Amino acid sequence: MTATSAPAQVATPAPPVTTRKPRPNYWLSLIAIVVSFVVFVVPFLFTLLTAMKNRQDAAELTFTWPRQFQFVQNFLDVLQARDYLLIIAYINSTILTVGSVAILVVLSAMVAYVLQRRTSRWNGFVNFLVLAGLIMPPAVVPTIWVLQKLGLFRTMPGLILVEVAFGLSFCVLLFRAFISSIPRELDEAAVIDGAGPVRLFFRVIFPLLRSVVITVILTQSVFVFNDFVNPLYFLPGDENATVQLTIYNFYSQFTTQYNLLFMDILLITIPPLILYIFFNRQIVAGMTSGAVKG
Amino acid sequence: MATTTIKQQRTGRRAAATAGTGQRKHSPYPYWFYAPAAVIYAVLFLVPTLLAFYFSLTRWSIFSSKFIGFGNYVTFFKEPALVSGLWHTLIYAVLTSGAKVVLGMLLAVLLTSQIVARGWLRSVVFFPTLVSTIGVGLTFTVLMNPEKGLINKALEVIGIQGPGWLTNPSLALFSVALVDIWKGVGLATLIYIAGIVSIPHEYFEAAKVDGAGAWDNFRRIILPLARPATVTVIILSLIGGLRSFDLIWAMTRGGPGFTSDVIASVIYKQYQAGFYGLSTAGNVVLFLVVTAIILPLSRFLNRKEVDL
Repeated sequence: MTATSAPAQVATPAPPVTTRKPRPNYWLSLIAIVVSFVVFVVPFLFTLLTAMKNRQDAAELTFTWPRQFQFVQNFLDVLQARDYLLIIAYINSTILTVGSVAILVVLSAMVAYVLQRRTSRWNGFVNFLVLAGLIMPPAVVPTIWVLQKLGLFRTMPGLILVEVAFGLSFCVLLFRAFISSIPRELDEAAVIDGAGPVRLFFRVIFPLLRSVVITVILTQSVFVFNDFVNPLYFLPGDENATVQLTIYNFYSQFTTQYNLLFMDILLITIPPLILYIFFNRQIVAGMTSGAVKG
Repeated sequence: MATTTIKQQRTGRRAAATAGTGQRKHSPYPYWFYAPAAVIYAVLFLVPTLLAFYFSLTRWSIFSSKFIGFGNYVTFFKEPALVSGLWHTLIYAVLTSGAKVVLGMLLAVLLTSQIVARGWLRSVVFFPTLVSTIGVGLTFTVLMNPEKGLINKALEVIGIQGPGWLTNPSLALFSVALVDIWKGVGLATLIYIAGIVSIPHEYFEAAKVDGAGAWDNFRRIILPLARPATVTVIILSLIGGLRSFDLIWAMTRGGPGFTSDVIASVIYKQYQAGFYGLSTAGNVVLFLVVTAIILPLSRFLNRKEVDL
């Protein structure tokens, strides 16, 4: 790591550069830790504590230790609310996330592969479309109109395809950057061995994309799972609500039951938290590298 | 070297064998790999985008649409509530983007310096990026409650009468922007960290020999050389800010009144009210605003190269 805040020194005759390692700045560290705790951790602790309180205790909205723990009771209450809506929503969200991410990975890897390998007059146009997909906000009502004409409005397959369409650009950029690091000699060797395009891609190239595939799966899962706008527009209705919609509806209905509201918030925060604990490095790599390339 | 000669031989042989029968078909990188993605993208993104320009010129209900020229745009720009949405969008985007640049840069410098618990700090700052926007919005709605909320309680302790963060019409938009910054600053910080870490050591060593202090390091080395990161953060957070909907919807629904309405929430409200044409006109306005800001800006920012 670079010592960016090395203390100002009078020009000494250049010391052996490799051994310089300034003492950590303990005061600054302490301040940083305290501030980050107050600003970033307290809101999550508040969620956790409120989720464990009983109804009256939670209604006071205070940042205190629960007078009486009823974590399990709240958990069951949230699950049972409105005929187990949350469980249905979890199933819906899982189908949505798995379905759209699976399609996204395969299709955008195929696009990125041809885009990176084959130079032709199409490249400029495809690149333009990729950037347009990143920048342009989707046209909402016309998309609904198209989905209605196709008979896909208010259906899960329709929403999955919408998520795919809106997520393609980001994934193509991630894949393209990675594919450029795979030597072309490999393709040539495979072609000489008699592999056709499909075999070449799925048997030779795709297995080599493992690390970037993991990154794409993680970042897109988080995006799709947390997506609120697209389900709101394209899959309205309680019977196929996703978890983000249930929490929003809970808020409108249970404004007096903050313990249940925060239990719900806690439950939809846990999946990204688990992913982050296990795949910290890949998620960060995906978010920042995709961003830098864009 | 060997492979290139093989390749030449191979293509030579192939060309000789398939001369006249259209060798293009045998490229190992067939165009039809584009096809499935292209169909989905075209049908669900391109076509709706183009249709939007037509439908924005119609009076459109569930059953029928009737061409009315620029009527929707006239309505849009005559209605003060809708025009103010346009301004709020710009204020919100510029404010959040600017704050993310400044705070992200400062945090990144802090988190690449010699302090303890760097890993923990990075994780904590970044984690909100991954959390549901709706969850964050609702949590902060509760924390910002004027009488009972934790923020105002804490301010009370040090003797400050906290404002009605979300209930005060002149403050609501800024409160939401504040939460947006809270949630998004982690991503900006990580982009900056990636930028700072990639600066070669030699610059800092040379600067040290020349007697440069921490400030000189920041001003003369980090700031110019982290420029690509700055460009990325600005562009990314501007795009996000201009399109922002879910946080605002979760926290204020554009209220009180229309004081925190942005274009994206206007689009949703008009859609809910059944004014599809007007909603789509709002969508076209949003396209134009985003394009008019992002395209020239990214060209301008990417053109200027640093010389060092």
